[in-house]
Amino acid sequence: MSNKFAKFRNWLAGDYDPLKNVLDTDETVSDSREEIKKENRKIISEVDAEGSTRRLEKAEQRGFDLVYRVIAIVSCLLLIGVLLFTVALLPRYGVENPESTTVVKRYVESGLQETGAINIVAGIILDYRAFDTLGESHVLFTALICVTILLRADSKNLRTKYEDFYTIKQVKYHDLNKDKIINRVGMILVPCIFVFGIYVLLNGQNGPGGGFSGGSVMGAGLIIGTAAFGYEKMDRFISTKTAMWITFISLAFYSFAKGYVFFTGANGLDNHIPKGIPGAILSGGLILPLDIAVGMVVACTMYGFYNLFRRGRT
Amino acid sequence: MALTDVVKIILLVLLVVCAIAVNFTKTLLQAVIVFMSYSSVMCIIWVLMESPDLAITEAAVGAGISGVLFLLTLRRIRSEDDRREEERRASGKSDKDEPDGGKFESR
Repeated sequence: MSNKFAKFRNWLAGDYDPLKNVLDTDETVSDSREEIKKENRKIISEVDAEGSTRRLEKAEQRGFDLVYRVIAIVSCLLLIGVLLFTVALLPRYGVENPESTTVVKRYVESGLQETGAINIVAGIILDYRAFDTLGESHVLFTALICVTILLRADSKNLRTKYEDFYTIKQVKYHDLNKDKIINRVGMILVPCIFVFGIYVLLNGQNGPGGGFSGGSVMGAGLIIGTAAFGYEKMDRFISTKTAMWITFISLAFYSFAKGYVFFTGANGLDNHIPKGIPGAILSGGLILPLDIAVGMVVACTMYGFYNLFRRGRT
Repeated sequence: MALTDVVKIILLVLLVVCAIAVNFTKTLLQAVIVFMSYSSVMCIIWVLMESPDLAITEAAVGAGISGVLFLLTLRRIRSEDDRREEERRASGKSDKDEPDGGKFESR
């Protein structure tokens, strides 16, 4: 007991650090950072020597600045004008017009019979307006492709040599999973986040939530998992190739299923997919599978974004 | 006035304050944090406006994922800042000669 008290007094005086050798220290990391800086200084000077020959002359620079400002102001004013014009064309708020009477009435009154979903929003976005949601998913996929083109780091991509030396060369610098606090908190948080995400995903037709919400929650879970457990473990859980395949298969399934329904049984015609009992998880016909497909696309895309931003590959 | 109305007005004022405060931050890291707090306030407002599905998405995407992506981008920018610092040291200037007072580098 007296020993502990002496330790405590030492700690108060600042001589004893209980976290020493328990938590990671930054010493090794900072050393290697200096080395990397030295290495990269060479590459930077080479790149700068190349760039200095291409610099604009002063007069050219001034002309460019003028043109740039004029174009910026003109395009801003044009955009403001176009947006204000569009707002002026919108129907007035609260006034009766076909958009706010017949369409909404149809959705609210016969949405449950026609789609089988208690959550009318899910019925609208995944049944009546399902092609909109399909476009949204494709926008996400296209964004992932663009980010891949811009940020992917491989042997041919020279940009990474001097710009990304924190991300590419020094993996140890980011090894958050060696930090015990982050690791333990991740162990507690990640399963809860995944259960919540799956709950939101599966109950899209019965309550608030659905594909995009559940998918983004699961994507956040994947990101926290990568930060807490490291790449190796997460690659074993869901490898990068698997994520891309899941995205592709989900999008293909969505397109084919929705195309089939639209060509065979849209707008009140009979289709062969049972609606189920409203309120059960297996209800709403195609809404549940489409929800799952959208959720998978969103989760895998978020995970891909994070991986590309952090280590330069999906 | 009901209590929820008061809460709503406070949150909306906070939203405007957050939106303006982003412009007056000294470093980019502060701007990202203010942006994330804006998303958190917006998440509560969605709940008060009875659209919990949007609130879930706002909390996950606005306050979570986009903030993380911004932070990762900041780290890439930071390496560029290091390069500028090296140049400044080589030319013998101190941090105070810079218009931003060297605050960009002092993260």
